Amino acid sequence: MEAISAPVFDAGRHQQTEPVQWWRWLTFFLAVLVLIPLVSVLYLSFFPDENIWPHLISTVLPRYLLTTAWLMLGVGLLSTFFGLTSAWLVAHYHFPGRRFFSWALLLPFAVPAYVIAYVYTDLLEYSGTFQATLRELFGWSSPRDYWFPEIRSLGGAILMFSLVLYPYIYLTCRAALQEQSESLILASRSLGAGTLKTLFRVILPTVRPALAVGLALTLMETLNDYGTVSYFAVQTLTAGLYDTWLNLSNLGGAAQIAALMVGIALLLLYLERSSRKQVKTYQSGVKVRPLEPTRLTGRHAVMATTFCFLLVFAGFLIPAGLLSYYAVLYFEQSWTSDFVEYALNSLQLSFLAALILIIVGTLLAYSQRIAPSRFNKSMVRMASVGYAMPGAVLAVGVIVPLGTFDNWVDGVAKSWFDTGTGLLLSGTIFAILYAYSARFLTVSLGSAESGLARITPTMDQAARTLGHGPWTSLRRIHLPLLRRSLLAAAIIVFVDCMKELPATLILRPFNFETLATFVYQYASDELLEQSALAALMIVVVGLLPVLLLNKASNNEKSA
Amino acid sequence: MKFPSLKRPSLKRLSTSLLVVAAGLTSGQQAVAADEVNIYSNRQPFLIQPILDTFTRKTGIETNVVFAKSGVAERLKTEGANSPADLVLTVDIGRLQELVEADVIQSVNSDILNNNIPQQFRSKDNLWFGLTLRVRNVYASKERTDINGIAYEDLSNPEWKGRICTRSGKHQYNIALIASMIAHHGEAETEKWLKGVKANLAQKPQGNDRAQVKAIKEGICDLAIGNSYYYGVMLTDENQSEWARSANILFPNQSNRGAHVNVSGVALTKAAPNKANAIKLMEFLSEELAQRMYSEQNFEYPVKPGVKASGLVSSWGEFKADTLSLDEIAKHREQAVKLVDKVDFDG
Repeated sequence: MEAISAPVFDAGRHQQTEPVQWWRWLTFFLAVLVLIPLVSVLYLSFFPDENIWPHLISTVLPRYLLTTAWLMLGVGLLSTFFGLTSAWLVAHYHFPGRRFFSWALLLPFAVPAYVIAYVYTDLLEYSGTFQATLRELFGWSSPRDYWFPEIRSLGGAILMFSLVLYPYIYLTCRAALQEQSESLILASRSLGAGTLKTLFRVILPTVRPALAVGLALTLMETLNDYGTVSYFAVQTLTAGLYDTWLNLSNLGGAAQIAALMVGIALLLLYLERSSRKQVKTYQSGVKVRPLEPTRLTGRHAVMATTFCFLLVFAGFLIPAGLLSYYAVLYFEQSWTSDFVEYALNSLQLSFLAALILIIVGTLLAYSQRIAPSRFNKSMVRMASVGYAMPGAVLAVGVIVPLGTFDNWVDGVAKSWFDTGTGLLLSGTIFAILYAYSARFLTVSLGSAESGLARITPTMDQAARTLGHGPWTSLRRIHLPLLRRSLLAAAIIVFVDCMKELPATLILRPFNFETLATFVYQYASDELLEQSALAALMIVVVGLLPVLLLNKASNNEKSA
Repeated sequence: MKFPSLKRPSLKRLSTSLLVVAAGLTSGQQAVAADEVNIYSNRQPFLIQPILDTFTRKTGIETNVVFAKSGVAERLKTEGANSPADLVLTVDIGRLQELVEADVIQSVNSDILNNNIPQQFRSKDNLWFGLTLRVRNVYASKERTDINGIAYEDLSNPEWKGRICTRSGKHQYNIALIASMIAHHGEAETEKWLKGVKANLAQKPQGNDRAQVKAIKEGICDLAIGNSYYYGVMLTDENQSEWARSANILFPNQSNRGAHVNVSGVALTKAAPNKANAIKLMEFLSEELAQRMYSEQNFEYPVKPGVKASGLVSSWGEFKADTLSLDEIAKHREQAVKLVDKVDFDG
């Protein structure tokens, strides 16, 4: 991502050209738009009804912070282990089932974290099938007869998050690993480095920007979650945030906690960045030879297959299986002919959001490459931490500026034309898409940046020498090289939007249901069985485009 | 150097996509038909839709709903005078009070509402109206207890050590209960009581009200705190009825002030573009037919005196309700929330 610091169209050395200025303004404009919701929340934090901190600090804040820290550390480590290992196996080795796993490893991603939490609680709690079977087998009769790990716990939450979030890391790292040219690895080997040494000295450093993107998404998603942690009674900062907002009716105080969470996200990003300031890796982009996977045999092949299978099994097959079971059992109670409409709404929103975000993310990342500006850069950086903020809070950050804008327009119209415009944007799907853009920008921006970072600046220079301007280079050089990264980003945004709940709930128009909002009316009351059918549909409907995009991304490789 | 061939994104494709975006954006509707009522609801659609459908059948007035659990007050506030919403349907005194504080609702003076809803269950200036009642009950294991009555105060009694289950102390239903304790006994006394209850918990507060009754069935605890209608929900669910059958439903404090009662309620927004229709719906919801439906379908108690609860709900017996007004309970909510943190109830 630091490639930006090696500007190609450097204003200092060359004369300041019109396009460069233009790109700066474009970045500024887009960044401001995306930042508005976040800034509104921070603005709210200046007007708390009451200073909540003395109360929080003297009571529950230390625990909230500590729990949040442990949760993030745990999820960070476990999901990196899951995601990076599977990406590395799929990208570099042949083993039985590799083709299948290359897409199947994405499946858990379609399962919302709160859904997998319900499912595993249903299975593993005291009355769940699993423990009941154990009791039957061993003749135990009460909880005092044996010990069994409590699923509703910090450890349980870490496992649940890691199981459904590792695909972020898998997807971003796989793209990066596959874009690696074999020559680099061969060079390392021919210089006498073994597999492990090549892994740590050559492969991982080049994957690092991608890993950072995936990990940042995973951790921010963990940070902003409310459904799963409240179900598991794991008290993170979001617990304090919702409590302050809804129980103490202190929105300003809640916004302050949100600001603290954004601070944590910024700190994480900063640490990651400063730790790899020295590392800058490019590759030519034009591959001498595509990477040829090594064939694994015997014990190693079995281990690789088992590892991938367990991830897909635990992260997808079990939850999807149990949901299917309940969906059939409760079909009559939960089927409604409106499902088609809900599914279309979900698809439409997710598709539009993915499209908008890919365009905005690419433009922002690219303009920083060709027209770097410190100010723009920090704005864009800031805009990308909207992801760490709980969706409901960010939704309020969208409501406030849109409502203000709408009422202002209405006022102007009334004074000029004697007729008001009413609310133009509030309560339309524009509001939802706006919230998605503010929330998920980091996904497309991160992927575009990490993709661009792997494209050597000499490419830009060559294009420049050949007389091409920034637009033409973007179109003819960068976009084709970025395609896989952008497809990966589109998959993530799409699925994230399919699952997105809090902002959709608050911002939607009348009578507008998506699959996620429909699930929620049952899920909010822990009615797993009744919500199973709709939850399953989120998974299935979310999967179709995932598979298509994944196919496109794979075709790209063979092209 | 040869550039890879370029197929996309061509400008043509891009512009097509942008058209799709534009089409999508404008499809968000803001239709203002003549005969309709727009509702922001904290209550799940599947709970209220049958009643709203009946209203539409009877009056021809359509209802449009947005369901959200949080953010309703904020949305109303920024939408201001242009808000399309007419009514807010919500549960718990906390949510109703939030609307009062956000200054987004207006008072309604309707003889029908005033006659149907006792003063205790509507705000004193008629800003909001309770529509259904729910008791905060104590569920007691049939197998391992032999009590017929209990007081909330007893829950801190050491005889129940390690035997009580409840959801988070921060949940609005528990906050309202604790606020009512503060109203009756003062903050210091309530703090002592809350510490006592915490000391008696069988497990860290978790899950919803039904999960506590399930825990009784599993032998994890002997007493559970839970709302009344969940008993009905469980009894009529094939898989959950055995949880409910493992416990008796007790109405606390019958020998003194009566059981703590909370409401689901309705309020008219300040902006209300369809005010007349909205008031019609409010009145409809307070009348016998809707009150009966609430009781039949959601197992809640009718707020209108004289309306009989459903057969199942009635079978749990008559009970005496605490006469403390909800306005009074609302005043102590903040103290209650802070007390829960102070005694680290959920920790």
